[in-house]
Amino acid sequence: MRSTTVAGERVPGDGPDEPQTAPVVRASGLRKQFGDVIAVDGLELSVPAGTCFGLLGPNGAGKTTTMRLLLGQSTPDAGSIDILGYEIPRERKHARIHVGVVSQQDTLDEELTVRENLDVFARLYRVPRRRRTAAVDQAMALAGLTERVNTLVHALSGGMRRRLLVARALVHQPRLVLLDEPTVGLDPQVRHELWALIEQLRADGVTLIMTTHYIEEAERLSDAVALMVRGDIVDQGSPADLRRLHAGGEAVEFYGPPHRLDEIAAAAAAANLPTRRVANSIAVLRAEEDCTQRLVSGIDMPAQRRPSTLEDVFVLRTGETIE
Amino acid sequence: MSSVDSPARSVRLGRFEIAAVLALWRREWILFRREWSSITFSATIEPIIYLLAFGFGFGSLVAFTHGYRYLDFVGTGVVATAVLFASIFPAMLDTFVRSRYQNLYDTLLGTPIDARELVTAQGSWIGLRAGVYGTAPILVAMAFGLPPSWGMLLVPVIGFVMGFGFALLGIWVGMSVPSMNTIEYVISGLVTPLFVFAGTFFPLDGLPGWTQTIARINPLYHCVELVRHSVFGFDPGKDALHLGVLLIFTVVCWLLATRKVARKLVT
Ligand SMILES: Nc1ncnc2c1ncn2[C@@H]1O[C@H](COP(=O)(O)OP(=O)(O)O)[C@@H](O)[C@H]1O
Ligand SMILES: [Mg+2]
Repeated sequence: MRSTTVAGERVPGDGPDEPQTAPVVRASGLRKQFGDVIAVDGLELSVPAGTCFGLLGPNGAGKTTTMRLLLGQSTPDAGSIDILGYEIPRERKHARIHVGVVSQQDTLDEELTVRENLDVFARLYRVPRRRRTAAVDQAMALAGLTERVNTLVHALSGGMRRRLLVARALVHQPRLVLLDEPTVGLDPQVRHELWALIEQLRADGVTLIMTTHYIEEAERLSDAVALMVRGDIVDQGSPADLRRLHAGGEAVEFYGPPHRLDEIAAAAAAANLPTRRVANSIAVLRAEEDCTQRLVSGIDMPAQRRPSTLEDVFVLRTGETIE
Repeated sequence: MSSVDSPARSVRLGRFEIAAVLALWRREWILFRREWSSITFSATIEPIIYLLAFGFGFGSLVAFTHGYRYLDFVGTGVVATAVLFASIFPAMLDTFVRSRYQNLYDTLLGTPIDARELVTAQGSWIGLRAGVYGTAPILVAMAFGLPPSWGMLLVPVIGFVMGFGFALLGIWVGMSVPSMNTIEYVISGLVTPLFVFAGTFFPLDGLPGWTQTIARINPLYHCVELVRHSVFGFDPGKDALHLGVLLIFTVVCWLLATRKVARKLVT
């Protein structure tokens, strides 16, 4: 699969019992319908070991449903899922021993302390008794909550809760971690702390699947990104490859009255160049190419060059905005 | 956090894991340790009040019932009341709140736990508690002169089986009801009749036939009989039947609760 070959610089952290080339997660023809709503529609997914896979899409695209299907918390109407060699949903219990989950909502146990939350999860995930204390200590250190061991969860700040939620998903040293919108609603500082944590995990060889509707997050953390709309993946690849393929290296953005923007759109369309229209501006993509240079130099309007973004690609490929 | 020496790798899970139940009990134990005094108070005070009020109130009118001192008759009967209250109420409320507002059950079913283990753990924990609280009326009755007997040692066991069953029924109700209001309907429409037509405060044989029919399908009645017999002396043939009814009730409730949890939480 094209999208899986781009993360070559990373060493997969997979064990000896599987060939290193085997994907950790493989889903095929996945479909899930709720009443009239088709939440997931023929999804194909393959995530190699030791990479971070970003599922990028607007609200309602089917990201959470996809995560629930992968975990066996939802039963697909059609399609097959393989996680670490386990068939989902049939063998979900066995697969889950190796999977950590950070859900979209905060699902911490309010009535328990930091340590108790981690301890209960270590038991749920069958961490052997002799390793349990060490595992809990390690998770607490990872969350930076060592000083708060005996604090009840409801007394923690929003940022601490989120870190604990992530640490709880790691207490059993999972080989695969599913993060559903891990940074939604967080202030920028906490978000950056969490990004550092995710990068650390990836460096340790853990395989990650993360959903997000933040372009920057997907772009920064993912080896491969899948653009998801209305239950299906429209395109996937490394952020750099996707940009290069669809948006080129740079974009020129023009600001002006609507009729002028229309003219530019028409001219670009005639030259077969992709454009992206926002309320009061239009971006002509592939600005570094000769034909774009020619087109652009003929336009007498305030313009601004900028590097192309994954967001440009998303809008081009799906016709929708994300955030 | 290297994944290579993952501690979980060597684990092979069975179809039903005691480790899963123990992990869930651990959570309950932590909470119980913090709140045991209020839980214990609310679980035992009501049956003890019934015991004292009826025991001494009616006891002044009726000295003996079926050959037992009336206070002893009620003291043994109220065991079933204590077990019922200590099981179905917390099970309904906890299940409703945990599955609705705390998303706890949904989270747990994302870990290597399945609906059967979850339901068994929650139900048996409440059942254990109810079995212990069920002995409170016996202890109070003993303080007022009920003679001790070896069979009394079985009372917590009978209480556990009954409490487990009613806890499972409570889990099923808590998962099924659309609102807190509905729980009140269940209390008036189901719990109260069960509690009244169980032969706790008066023998059923003096009552119209239809009440006796209700009693026979009321698991609580069988619990009352079984407790009385274990305190005053067994009647093997009848008691095997009583125990059979309790076990069947518990198994049926387990199947109901498990199916409900699985259907509701696996979308
Ligand atoms: N349990 C459910 N019952 C009914 N509809 C659902 C359920 N879960 C998700 N959906 C619908 O499926 C679609 C995708 O939802 P979701 O997977 O939550 O999207 P995302 O996580 O990308 O925002 C939405 O239209 C949502 O309303
Ligand atoms: Mg979502």
